[in-house]
Amino acid sequence: MTALHAAELRRDEAREKWMLFGLAAPAAALVVAVIIVPVGWLFWLSLFNDAGELSADNYARMLASKSYTRIFTTTFKVSLLTTALCVLLGYPLAYFLAQLPRRWAALGMMAVLLPFWTSLLVRTYAWLVVLQRKGLINQWGMELGLWDAPLRLAHNLNGTLIGMAHIMLPFLVLPLYAAMKAIDADYIRAAANLGAAPASAFRHVFFPLSLPGLFAGVTIVFVLCLGFFVTPAVLGGGKVIMVSMKIETLVDLFFNFGTASALGVVLLALTLLVLFAAHKLLRLDKVLGGGA
Amino acid sequence: MPRPALNWLARPASDTQITHRGRLWLYFLAGAVIVFLVIPTLIVIPMSFSASQYLEFPPREWSSRWYDNYFNSREWMNATWVSVRAALLTVLVVTPIATMAAYGLAVSRVKAARWLFLLLITPMMVPVILVAIGVFFAYTHLRLNNTMLGLVLAHSALALPMSLIVIAAGLKSYDMNQELVARSLGAPRLLAFLVITLPQIRFSVITGALLAFIVSFDEVIVALFISGRDMSTITRSMFLALRDQIDPTIAAISTVMIIITSAALVIAQVFGKSKEPGEE
Repeated sequence: MTALHAAELRRDEAREKWMLFGLAAPAAALVVAVIIVPVGWLFWLSLFNDAGELSADNYARMLASKSYTRIFTTTFKVSLLTTALCVLLGYPLAYFLAQLPRRWAALGMMAVLLPFWTSLLVRTYAWLVVLQRKGLINQWGMELGLWDAPLRLAHNLNGTLIGMAHIMLPFLVLPLYAAMKAIDADYIRAAANLGAAPASAFRHVFFPLSLPGLFAGVTIVFVLCLGFFVTPAVLGGGKVIMVSMKIETLVDLFFNFGTASALGVVLLALTLLVLFAAHKLLRLDKVLGGGA
Repeated sequence: MPRPALNWLARPASDTQITHRGRLWLYFLAGAVIVFLVIPTLIVIPMSFSASQYLEFPPREWSSRWYDNYFNSREWMNATWVSVRAALLTVLVVTPIATMAAYGLAVSRVKAARWLFLLLITPMMVPVILVAIGVFFAYTHLRLNNTMLGLVLAHSALALPMSLIVIAAGLKSYDMNQELVARSLGAPRLLAFLVITLPQIRFSVITGALLAFIVSFDEVIVALFISGRDMSTITRSMFLALRDQIDPTIAAISTVMIIITSAALVIAQVFGKSKEPGEE
């Protein structure tokens, strides 16, 4: 092959590559217009104080005030606990569903998707009905004589965690189930055939192969939790104040975009830090199926 | 000779050769989680037929007054219609661009593809509240607050990452050589994609479309800021109603929503599952 041909072919290949790359352009334009530019704008706003001068006042206030530190601690604590709950409940469920015959698995997935399809607000409202002082659990528990005084299940951390775990569970189960379905059953058969005990075959073969799906689910759940608003607002009873609730109050009641933006920027930075750590530790790009 | 039930307990339950008895705990746990997932939704339905204004379960008297309330309320009907339109338009925007992006990124071996993928999933990483106040602030300047266009654009950006990830995952497990075969036999790339690839990743694409619908239909926070008055979405109206007082009309509305969305799910299952390769 002559040098000319080689160059020609290389140019052709490069042109095709970039054309395919361009297929992502509409999606990129949408994200830049709706997410990147407005959020960048907020970042810019957060750098100005109330008098309109360039300053770090909005950030300094956050460090100086104990109440802001507490809000961030609460946010992380709630997110971590919710994610842990989701893994504890979601992994066995996904494992169970992945091994059911197709028809039964489809039925089980309906159970996972039913709450997914129900409005988040309705589910939060339903949990209020179930958990509150005069709610179903307390009514039934006290009628059966299991406990005498109403348990404090709603309007606090308990209610927030139960409600959030319920809302987040499908986000964990769906990618995990997909990953488990994609695992070649021959590997597990081979392990069993070579004498691995069931627990060992699971731990050394199935579990590692399911990790990409698990990490994808955990990442989605944790990141969504950090920005959670509706459920803690309703089920937390004012005792669980997450960052997003504070931001809403600042904008809605005080129209204070500067402080709200600063809070949002710090929340975003912490989120990205978590994602970056996950990426470094767990090779998240492979988990999420990135290109190249 | 053991009885059939005991026989079943001793039989291998999975490829690990564990017996059913060895993992009865798994069945109980999975069953309990399914109950946990389904119960709140199922409680809402009978509650919507309660005659009482207070929370009761099971209701002592039945009535359809909350449904009358809902269907006769111009505000609620308007909000429902806004939500349905926004969600359908979001699906129409997100599904093609997410499929295009997933395909482009999967086939292109450009180094920057990884970074572009990260850019495209940023809406999932940025806390929604930050997007909400950012979009609210930007829309104030662009006069897009209280418009369907503004709502659909915001919801599309929020829905894009989930659809993209699902479709990209579908493409990843698809053998692209099949498309190469079609192209080597003379099919243009677009035709090869539409005829060979798309039918095989159809389930992922339909799942991606469903996710886009859900994200838009369920979205509260952005709508809380950017849609008001006659552009209020149903979730926004519900949030405001829940904040003021607990009105059982919400249970009636949610029952209607569950019915509509379950129907959509069944339709999607039928579309996605039929004629899948390798099945009778």
